[in-house]
Order: sequence, then C-alpha cells, then structure tokens
Amino acid sequence: MPAFAYPSAFRRLFDEIGTVDAVGIEERVAKYATRSIKKGSKLSGLKLAVSMVDLTTLEGKDTPGKIASLCCKALHPHEDADVPSVAAVCVYPSMVRHAKKHVAGTPVRVASVATAFPSGQTHFRTRLAEVRGAAADGADEIDMVINRGAFLAGEFARVQDEISAVREACGGAALKVILEVSELETYDAIRAASFLAMSVLREGDFIKTSTGKTSLNATLGNNQVMIDAIRDHYLDTGVAIGMKPAGGIRGAKQALHFLVAVKETLGDAWLVNRRYRFGASALLNDLLRQIEKEKTGAYQAPYYFSDAAESY
Amino acid sequence: MPAHATKPPTAHVKGKSASRNGQSSGRPPTQIRGRAAPALIFGDLWEFDPAPETADPKLKSRYELFINGEFVPPKSGKYFDSINPANERKLAEIASGGASDVDAAYEAAARAFEAWGRMPGRERGKYLYRVARLLQDRAREFAVAETMDNGKPIRETRDFDVPMCAAHFFYHGGWADKLEYVAPGRKAAPLGVVGQVIPWNFPLLMLAWKLAPALAMGNCAVLKPASNTCITALKLAEIFQDAGLPPGVVNIVTGPGSTGGLIMAHPTASKIAFTGSTDVGKVIMRSVAGGDKRMTMELGGKAANIVFDDAPIDQAVEGIVNGIFFNQGQVCCAGSRLLVHEPVAVAVIAKLRNRLRVLRVGDPLDKNTDVGAIVSQAQLDTIREYLKIGVEEGAEMWQPPCRLPSKGYFLPPTLFTGVTQSHRIAREEIFGPVLSILTFRTVDEAIEKANNTAYGLSAGVWTDKGSRILKMSTELKAGVVWANTFNKFDPTSPFGGYKESGFGREGGRQGLLDYAKLI
Repeated sequence: MPAFAYPSAFRRLFDEIGTVDAVGIEERVAKYATRSIKKGSKLSGLKLAVSMVDLTTLEGKDTPGKIASLCCKALHPHEDADVPSVAAVCVYPSMVRHAKKHVAGTPVRVASVATAFPSGQTHFRTRLAEVRGAAADGADEIDMVINRGAFLAGEFARVQDEISAVREACGGAALKVILEVSELETYDAIRAASFLAMSVLREGDFIKTSTGKTSLNATLGNNQVMIDAIRDHYLDTGVAIGMKPAGGIRGAKQALHFLVAVKETLGDAWLVNRRYRFGASALLNDLLRQIEKEKTGAYQAPYYFSDAAESY
Repeated sequence: MPAHATKPPTAHVKGKSASRNGQSSGRPPTQIRGRAAPALIFGDLWEFDPAPETADPKLKSRYELFINGEFVPPKSGKYFDSINPANERKLAEIASGGASDVDAAYEAAARAFEAWGRMPGRERGKYLYRVARLLQDRAREFAVAETMDNGKPIRETRDFDVPMCAAHFFYHGGWADKLEYVAPGRKAAPLGVVGQVIPWNFPLLMLAWKLAPALAMGNCAVLKPASNTCITALKLAEIFQDAGLPPGVVNIVTGPGSTGGLIMAHPTASKIAFTGSTDVGKVIMRSVAGGDKRMTMELGGKAANIVFDDAPIDQAVEGIVNGIFFNQGQVCCAGSRLLVHEPVAVAVIAKLRNRLRVLRVGDPLDKNTDVGAIVSQAQLDTIREYLKIGVEEGAEMWQPPCRLPSKGYFLPPTLFTGVTQSHRIAREEIFGPVLSILTFRTVDEAIEKANNTAYGLSAGVWTDKGSRILKMSTELKAGVVWANTFNKFDPTSPFGGYKESGFGREGGRQGLLDYAKLI
C-alpha cells in the first residue's frame, strides 16, 4: 500500500477512541460547579478531599528539613483526630529517602516525580535510571512525565513504549503518568494520550494532568476528558485506572467540584484515595480552614491557616 | 537501547480492536476473564444534603386580572386554584376572566395604542429596558415563584428562564429606537392591538417572546397565560406598574381555555399569536379563517436528534439529555426522537443509561435537582398513557432507579429502545421526559426518517464532519437545526416551525417583523 493511503497517526487513534467536543465538555463541567454542597455532605467531602491530597513540594530549595515538616503536616494535617492524614507526600527523587524516614509504617505513601521532571528532555536511559533510583530509595509511587515531543510528532508507539518501560522499572511501585495537558493543548489530544497511557498501565496506576510547572494545569474540563477516558477503559477492559488532577486546585470549593465530577462520571468506586488524588500544596490548608468553619460556624483568623505552602 | 526500537511502529490500544469511543461495538461483554462485567456504582457513598433555594417568592393569596394598568376582579367574581405540582398544595387563587373582561382588556389596549403606537421608539425602548432591569433585580424571587408554579427545577428557572426573559426585553428594547433599519427601504409600523395566548411550559419566557417584540414595535397587547401557570405573568404585571408602563399597553386576562378562544377571536385584535399544541392551533386557525387577522403559530414538535458514528459520543449523550430532559421534556422543540447511527447505537444507549443514573429527580426547589415535577396531574396522566402505549406496541422501556417524592407529579426519565417510525411514541408529541430511540444506517435514511413527521420545529445533528452538518441543515425540514448542541436559545435568533409546527418566527429581526406592517 502506498504511504498516502494511511491517515495520520492522530486520525487513526481518534478513529479508534473517538473525539471530544470542546464546547460540549465545558458545558458539562459548568454544571458540576452549580452543585450545592452543604452541611454534612460538605464536611464529608472536605475530609475525603484531605485524604486524597498528594502533599507536594518540588522546589530547588527543598531540604531534608523541609521534607520533615511536610511529612509531619501530611501525617497530622490538623490537631482534630477526625481529620485523616493525606494520601502521600510528593517529592523529588533525592528527597525520597528523607521522606521515607518520617512516613514509613504509616498510611502516608511517598511519591517521587522522576523521568527528568518536568520537561522529560533527557536521554531515555537517564530517565529510566532515575525511576529505578527513586524506587530503590523506597518510593511507593512514581510520577513520570510522557514524552510530549514524541506525542506531538505522532510517534505514539515511542510514547507508549517509554511508559511501558518505566512501568517495568517501577517494580512494585505504582505509576502515575503525567500527560502535561497544557502542552497537548486540545481535548482530543488529552483523550488520545490518556488511552495510550492506560493501555500499558496496571490496576492501581494513575493518569495525571500536569506537572504544575506550566501556566495551565488541572481544570474541570481536562479532568472530565480524562475521567471519561478512564470510565471507557474500565468498562471495556475491567482495568480501573486512577486519576490525579494536579496544579491549580487551590480552593476547597474547587476540590469539591472535582469530586462531584468523579461522583457523577466514575461513581462511588473512585471516591477513594486509591483511585483519585489531588496534586496540591496550598489546597490542604484551605480544606482545613473550611472543615474548621463547618465545625465552629466561623472562619479562623487568617494567620491560623496560611495560604503559602512554605508554612507546612 | 530505548525499548521502542525493538517493537513494531504502531501504538496499541489494548482490547480495542473492535471498539469505538471506548465502548465495544457489539453487546457489552458480560464477563472479562471470569470476572463479572465491569459496572459503575452510583450509590450514596457521598450523598448531597438538601440544598433548598430559600428566597421569598412573595406570592399573594389571590391574583386579579391586569387590565388598563390596574389589578381588577373578574366580572364573574369567580376564581380558580393554582397548584404547586411538586407538592399538590394550593399556591394562590387566580381570577377567571370571561367575555366582558376580554372586551374591557381590548378596549383598554385600543385606547393605549393611540399614544403608545405614536411614541418615538427610543421612548418605548426605555420602558422595555426598565422592565428588564427590574426583573433582574428580583431574579431570585421570580425564579422561586416560577419553580413553585410550574414544577421545573430552580437550576433552570435561575439560570435559564428568568435571565432569558430579561434578555428578550433588553434585546427588543435595543430594537425600539432602530426600527427604521429593520426593513431597509420600507417603513415598519405597528399593527395595533395583538392578542396572545401562551403555554405553561415556559410561563415567563414565552410571555417575553410575545410581549417584548410586540411592545418594541409599538403594539399593545392582550395576553392570556396558561391556566396552570399564571402567577409569574401577574408578578411581572407588578413590574410593569413599577416601570410606569402606560396603562393598557399590556393587559393580562387569566382564565380557562375558552377565555383564550375569546382573545383569539376578538374583532379588535389585528394580529393573534399563539404558542401551544397543534390541535388547539388548528381550532384557532379555523375560528379566525376568513377574517383579515394576521397570525403566528408556534405549535408542537417531534424533533429528531441525529447522532452519527463519528460524533463525540459523551458530548452527544449530554446533548441528548439536554434535548429531552430539560424542563421534564415539556418543550415543544425537545429532541424526543433519538436517531442513532447503527454502528454506535449500543455504545450511545449504554452511555445514556449511565448518564440517566446520575440525574437527580425530586424537589424542584432543591438546587441540585436536575428533573423536577410534571406541570399537572392531567399532563402526568397523558405521559403515563404514552408509556403504556409504547410498551404495548412492543418497544422496550427503561427507567433509572430513583426515589420519587411521595407527593407531587413526578416521573423518572424514560428511554424507549427498539422504536420504529410506525410506533405512536415515535410519531406523536408526548411532551414529557420520554425519549424514543430509533436507529439508521445512512445519511439519506436519517434525513428521510427525521423529515417523516407532521412536525418541523427543530432537529439536532451530531457529527465531527462539517460538510455533513451543512448538508443536514439544508435538508432537514425544521425551523432550527442545532449542530453538536441542542436546546440553545438566544433573543437574536429567530425560532419557529415548518409544516404543522406552525408559522411565523419569534426572536431576531424576523420575529420583530411579524409584529409590523411594512409601508
């Protein structure tokens, strides 16, 4: 067959998994934001959100000391024993062993970004070595970035093979695949990348929106495209993949809207931190502030819960 | 060496060889590797607490007729009850207007027309803007009143009915001082007094569709709201008073259907406008045949919502839901016939069912309610009769599990599969939350089936292919064809029917011209 008889790689993939209408998806998610979450349902939603937080610090200035205080916050977000610990702390590979010292033996897991986060622009063997190193240091979860350059060039097989190889390098650790949605730009591309990743992932792995290092991160629209894909993949194969929106979710109310999206798209089985996470730092304190407000009926003074992640 | 170098150069999507849009194209698998078929759980792990809208609707216990700028009791002295369909409780008493009340309303309107018709357009525009702004000021109050009167969810009255009503007054207020440009080369003049009868499905919005263009053009009006839903029209009459609208420009006469007949047949009316069922429309047209009254009729519909195999399926499902369950399906342009391309029929129906399982049916005043109450016991009975007919004709009925309130006129959203063109539920307007699902194989078959109906109000097309949208919009005989969306309205866009869905347009320049004579 002559080469021109083949449609483009994107076209073939869209033919297989279907496309997304941008106007329609944004209209759908706008309805989540009109849901009115009050009283008991608000309190349980806020606590659920706390339990799903991947408390994150990804800075050049991270030190073992900073990791220690982050882990402490992760284990005991609030003096109230009713408030659960968060799901995980998310750190750079060099900090994994420090984090592990504090949270080993607790329900809080250690997640490490790897694969030359956030750009992924280094040799594949280096990226793989980074993953193996983080896993060897005791990371329970690895957050990798996909090769966006290869994806946008239509080299889907390469993207997928790399994910597959990282999956193997993780060993027993769970893998979260960061699509970096702002660089994929279209909802069609986000759906396509979701399927590329999911078909080489295992139950317990995640797909994740963003690194948090670009201008546009998790939105309800991106989240919806990805959870629609997770639902379709699950109904088709029986493999339940998790979801992690990351970056840009700063407010408790916003987090509740994401949970409404999960409730109405994936259902109850995804309303657990095994299957849904928030990659965030500032969010945690707003959740705590709102929990306190629900309990006491009044907001605390602003210096009780800082908006800055530095305060953890 | 990178792992990819040793593998064949095609990306592989697992388990997808015979699938589209993430759903198997055949029957969904009942088992995967010995496990039960995967299914989603929509339970109450995280249940929403009641979130009632608490704004005061400021209802009166009794509503009189609005004639010549005053609230006046009916000559008969008779009143009828207005019922809240969500709890079957009485909301208020409504005046029952008769022949002498209709005469008085037309006299007042004719008197008012002397000045109103000659008033400079920019002055008339000020009144329309004022009405729109006053309505915006009291938006919450009107939304709650509309929900209590009609049964539709507060989410819709708050986000659609009331804002759109204000938008129509704003839009036509904008036309009022630009009427010399509405028909280039001609002069547009008002017709005189117009008689208008509106339905119960969008009480405020239908009123705005009728009154705003009529008033902008310089006509005066006698209007009758549907007997089920009079309250917001009479609340708006309070706003007309507050806005200082000259007495008699708008007169509202409430009463039974026969009062509507009197308004339509009245000799003073130079034009009549009716929105309602095709059967009543035909009766009205017969009653005024032979006279020189102008008419516009906006009647029933049985819209085809056509989904092709290349459509974005999740968004199409959302559009199908908006198309038929918006306002409990009590919409003349509702997408009540789903025509779905055979290759994706199973996938679309499966996704539709999952979507319906998370629709929240119940108290319309709860901000989280998606589907509210049917307007009346009579309408509920009609819909239930059609459910019976559908089942008897051999179609397969499906409703999601849902807990309905013990009081009130509620019906779960309903799907019928295995429907064909000859089924009554595919031909007759049900006017309820009932979707009839048919399939097609080719584009021509879709067009043929869509057009094979007495109605022609609206249609929807879902496809990724732009050229197909253009072809369909040309060949579908419907007043509005929505592409990759459904039930979208705007004051600038004319709305109206083909065939037995009526004639004349409402909205836009075209709608305005239906209230003008061109000199």
